[in-house]
Amino acid sequence: MSREAILGAIRRGLRRGPLPEDEAMALRARLAAHPRHLIPARSRLPRPRQVELFLANLEREYGTSIRVPTAEAVPAAVADYLAAQNLPPAFVMAPHPDLRGLPWSERPLLTWREGRAEATDAVSLQHGFAGIAETGTLVLPGGPQRPTTLNLLCETEIVVLHASCVVGAYEEAWDLLRTEQMRDGLPPRNIMLVTGPSRSADIESTLELGAHGPRRLHVVLVDDDPQALG
Amino acid sequence: MRPTSPAFRQNAARAMADAGLQKALARTRPQFPAKRAAAVAALPEFEELRETGKRIKNHTLANLDFYLETFADNVARAGGQVHWCIDAAAAREAVLAICQRVGARTATKGKSMASEEIALNEHLAANGVTPVETDLGEYILQLRGEPPSHIIAPAFHLNREDWEAQFRKSHSELPADRVFHERRDILTEARSRLRQKFLAADVGITGANFLIAETGSSVIVTNEGNGDLTQTLPRVHIVLASIEKVVPTIEDTISLLRLLARSATGQEFSVYTTFSTGPRRADDPDGPEEFHVVLYDNGRSAMVGTEFQDMLRCIRCAACLNHCPVYGTVGGHSYGWVYPGPMGSVLTPALIGVDQAGHLPNASTFCSKCESVCPMKIPLPNMMRHWRERAFERHLMPAAARQGLAFWAWFARRPQAYRIATRVAMATLGLLGRKAGKFRRLPLAGGWTAGRDLPAPEGDTFFARYARAQRQGRL
Repeated sequence: MSREAILGAIRRGLRRGPLPEDEAMALRARLAAHPRHLIPARSRLPRPRQVELFLANLEREYGTSIRVPTAEAVPAAVADYLAAQNLPPAFVMAPHPDLRGLPWSERPLLTWREGRAEATDAVSLQHGFAGIAETGTLVLPGGPQRPTTLNLLCETEIVVLHASCVVGAYEEAWDLLRTEQMRDGLPPRNIMLVTGPSRSADIESTLELGAHGPRRLHVVLVDDDPQALG
Repeated sequence: MRPTSPAFRQNAARAMADAGLQKALARTRPQFPAKRAAAVAALPEFEELRETGKRIKNHTLANLDFYLETFADNVARAGGQVHWCIDAAAAREAVLAICQRVGARTATKGKSMASEEIALNEHLAANGVTPVETDLGEYILQLRGEPPSHIIAPAFHLNREDWEAQFRKSHSELPADRVFHERRDILTEARSRLRQKFLAADVGITGANFLIAETGSSVIVTNEGNGDLTQTLPRVHIVLASIEKVVPTIEDTISLLRLLARSATGQEFSVYTTFSTGPRRADDPDGPEEFHVVLYDNGRSAMVGTEFQDMLRCIRCAACLNHCPVYGTVGGHSYGWVYPGPMGSVLTPALIGVDQAGHLPNASTFCSKCESVCPMKIPLPNMMRHWRERAFERHLMPAAARQGLAFWAWFARRPQAYRIATRVAMATLGLLGRKAGKFRRLPLAGGWTAGRDLPAPEGDTFFARYARAQRQGRL
């Protein structure tokens, strides 16, 4: 068996047999505790500045954003963004209750479909699980409410994110994922951490946006967190 | 690929005479170091994080068997399957067997050095499965029938005119008189070509930057999004990864991720960092129905417990290539196999044998820049020295070099004789060269003086000056 051959060779190199039970228990305890290491200080900020850092980092990575005071303002923000980009007022939307509950009828020109993205969709509307201020990173776990293809197939991706979901460091986002998304210690099939639109520097080491994924990444930030207002 | 590492000297000479390559190197050489330096300067904790990263990897390697078994158990728990493979041939077979079982005709591929290492494309193509490289750089290399010359920027050696010429040749159904106004036009053409391939593929093959024992997840880090399309759209996702990619927990992975992009491209974080765990769940609207991890060894377990174990900490960021004066002069293809630059000079002899790759650890000025920028603090120059010793012990060096070393060693072990000999030599050279101030040619150093002149010594040695300064109380 290859498995036994590989493990045997590793153990010979380490000059021991299989780990003694007490040592294995210590390692299992480490896995269960999954201790944090050094976390950079940059994201430990008062809430308003944390959200500002998230948006500033997103912009530095060629993303764009708009802040809206309430969820009710999202349809207008989406419609205005699409118009400003000269895009048709149509998109494929994540079947998430937060998005379904929005007053879309106030913008009757908008049309949408719910579900996963197809190759013909130009714009997707995704629901952000969290935002990480440290590097302006969106956390997008896949699942029935957040199809993964929405992050990949469209030229333009719009993400609705609540300010209350902006955290400082990656570790804080994973704490949320562990509580809300993991079952029996297993994460959802797919978790994407997205930092700006797709890009490549393969041609003469020169950055070009829009390689295989979205060319535009736009965040509509809903200011639902009074603590986070400047 | 068949190694041309034994011909490193000839490869390097050819590379230095290649005007296109030198143009590409001159353009790109300064970029990566400047970007890395800026990213490091923006994170005050970077140095401390390097120590953290080293500690995490050392802990993992000391318990590698345990973490691999834990990883495999958790992949199974998530509904996936791990295929343990002892060597490259077994890994190739495992991938092919999965492709054949599901009747795959095409397989899209994310960028993977592991795939280069096991020569997967040739094997798939020979057995009726068409591999399609989807990373932009890998895509053009596949069209050109060339291996990558850099581990994160595979088309490092190409210029824009090479891209245009190849696209005109390969995409012959498009109008021949189309104009590529800017680089973006090249990118857009590749994007639309590859989009069809993504949608048609039966199997998607990616590498892994990390495997997480705690959750049975594989992690890939990309900027283009091609890796994600590769692992999301086809029915089957195959992860190809070597055993040292395993890391215990998510928190361990995060700490390493903080080092990876900054050391590699100088980005704070790559655009897409994706964690994949098992196949699509019952209520998932997208994702593959099968999830396989082809986990291969191919010589790594034999490095455990040796002076080369530290090399298994490598996270393939390419900082050592980007800062290496030798790589920057001869490019990646000169090294003659998959892994170029300092990390390749240590890893290649371990994987294909020091008899094949003995020149590589000698292709170094020992300036130690590689070690100073390595996020995992791998003592690369030290390990190159170990390989030089092994090559010497196995009599793999030419007789003249061995005799030269023996001659030098005799003096080096006899300080008195060494000082007398150097004093005589320097005085003689000083006298002979006083008039011209330099030597255009020297006996036994023809190779050195072929490219430059040796400035004439001033007649004294360092030791003599030091002793004189001490006597005069200046030190």
